[in-house]
Amino acid sequence: MSTLEIKDLHVSIETEQGTKQILKGVSLTIQTGEIHAIMGPNGSGKSTLAATIAGHPRYTVDSGSITLDGEDVLEMSVDERARAGLFLAMQYPVEVPGVTMTNFLRTAKTALDGEAPSLRTWTKEVKEAMAHLRIDADFAQRNVNEGFSGGEKKRVEILQLELFKPKFAIMDETDSGLDVDALKVVSEGHNREFARGAMGTLLITHYTRILRYIKPDFVHVFVDGKIAEEGGPELADRLEEEGYDRFLAAAATGTVKA
Amino acid sequence: MTEMTEKARIGAPSAAPVIDGFTEEGENLSPLNAGPVKAHSHGGGVGVPDSSRAGRLTSYKLADFAPLTGREEDWRFTPLKRLRGLHTDALTGAAPKIAVSGPNGSEAPAGITVETVGRDDARIGTAGIPEDRVAAAAWEAFAEATVITIPAELQAETGVIVSVNGHSKDPAAQHIVIVAEKFSKAVVVLDHKGSATLSQNVEVDVRDGADLTVVSVQEWDDDAVHASAQAARIGRDAKFKHVAVNLGGDLVRVTPASKFTQPGGEVEMYGLYFADAGQHLEQRLFVDHAVPNCKSRVLYKGALQGKGAHTVWVGDVLIRKEAEGTDTYEVNRNLVLTDGARADSVPNLEIETGLIEGAGHASATGRFDDEQLFYLMARGIPEDDARRLVVRGFLFEIIQQIKVPALEERLAAAVERELAAGNI
Repeated sequence: MSTLEIKDLHVSIETEQGTKQILKGVSLTIQTGEIHAIMGPNGSGKSTLAATIAGHPRYTVDSGSITLDGEDVLEMSVDERARAGLFLAMQYPVEVPGVTMTNFLRTAKTALDGEAPSLRTWTKEVKEAMAHLRIDADFAQRNVNEGFSGGEKKRVEILQLELFKPKFAIMDETDSGLDVDALKVVSEGHNREFARGAMGTLLITHYTRILRYIKPDFVHVFVDGKIAEEGGPELADRLEEEGYDRFLAAAATGTVKA
Repeated sequence: MTEMTEKARIGAPSAAPVIDGFTEEGENLSPLNAGPVKAHSHGGGVGVPDSSRAGRLTSYKLADFAPLTGREEDWRFTPLKRLRGLHTDALTGAAPKIAVSGPNGSEAPAGITVETVGRDDARIGTAGIPEDRVAAAAWEAFAEATVITIPAELQAETGVIVSVNGHSKDPAAQHIVIVAEKFSKAVVVLDHKGSATLSQNVEVDVRDGADLTVVSVQEWDDDAVHASAQAARIGRDAKFKHVAVNLGGDLVRVTPASKFTQPGGEVEMYGLYFADAGQHLEQRLFVDHAVPNCKSRVLYKGALQGKGAHTVWVGDVLIRKEAEGTDTYEVNRNLVLTDGARADSVPNLEIETGLIEGAGHASATGRFDDEQLFYLMARGIPEDDARRLVVRGFLFEIIQQIKVPALEERLAAAVERELAAGNI
């Protein structure tokens, strides 16, 4: 059982107009076996939270803490965080020309485990995971994300999730830009890994659509860099009907009406 | 729509322009540009030297080229002082030795012929004509030429390795002719090593339906100076792939040119260069779309590290008025690894007809892409390994094009050594 604990996190970025505060005190605790959905309108800071957990250099943590089983995540470099068991499925996976998927997956797995995977079982594992996610076998010889469609890139992110077996998966708008079929494939991939019982999930999404396939235990609504409301799955249903207008109006007037 | 296009096509060259100074292809900015394209012009455009790539002086005679000052468009990036006399002296030194074999010292593929011929051989001058003083000097100076022929319809199973080993610092001239006869298929590697001060003309005759790859590897010793004009003539439905790999030498200047002479040709031109401190690596290519319905793709990638590392890439693509249906794209990418290095990148696309499939160019010179680095590190890969993976990935894209496994491995190892030397 692992715990990812975020306490009173304040995060800012440097822009041409100066320093901009994005997260204004976020606290959140996720345990193994839990799925937390973070929902909110554009610009509310959802993706900032994801990138900050992963350690993207663009984001500066001004105060607060992130710990993984008591270890200070903010003290870790990006690669150390990954090796500690944090995995970010990115909203915009990056193309890495000239590096084949096969080479990349093996290099990453070796770095994560501290030893090279046994070639025979690894190849089989990769093939099976690709087949489950309906990724063509020839992708293995293609360069990382290069020329992949939006949907293909997202499947490849979930492929990595299944192969790398993190303690916590942070899925940053994995559903955006996917058609229903691709959304199902991607959700099933997550659910397979989750069902092994060794992972917790932070699911960041703008829409409630993906929550039909990945059932959250907790829903947190982000507005203007803070959690405006928290609840169970029923909160997502309410958002589905009402949208974010209630929260946006509240943020403007400074009050939240239930 | 069809009707409109047809009308435009018929009306294009001869009809009087509706608006003075405009034609179907757009605005004629200056009457200076309206002169006829000259087949063998001596001097630039009409009163404007080098106003078009088509107007560049070409001649077999050294005397037709003025002494270099360094202000010429095609020499402005080159440090003439470091040419060790290639542009001023008689090229009387001993030319590097040539040996032809298969990969790893094996026998050359059966059927390939290698001849040493005199200056009067009919095959000399079929594909190339010097476009600069240094190339013309070599053309006048070479005593004998090496002619490598891939006979008609021969499909060479392994690569043909032409080892060029330099052993003298005296300015020298060399002439190599590669003939790919009809429907033949082969990979020919020009493998330059040792030390030399060399001006070289390489002519490549890719005849109808042939499929030829020429890889020119410059892995010279640190002090070598090498200027190489590599001109290919592309026949009907022929395929030509050229790969220039510039790694070693003090000053290396390669000028590959591909000229389409019949419709249906396809050209791919790739380049890889890795400049260390103090090295000058220059590549200037030319694709001459002189006939309709040909396709060209150009991709050059370079890495630079160390103080005074300088790379130059100039990509001239000319789509002549006759070259309707042309499809072309050229790309140059540079990766600057340390401070103090300089990459010049100049894509030039001249389009004389609007009736083409497509034409484009792209050039980017950047440091490590931080997002690539972040992506790889976010998968647990340590920073140093991630950087190496990215640089390898960046350059190996070109190595992957060579398709001679033994050479690919050797060049991959050479790039690894460059990376290790720079502590990247």
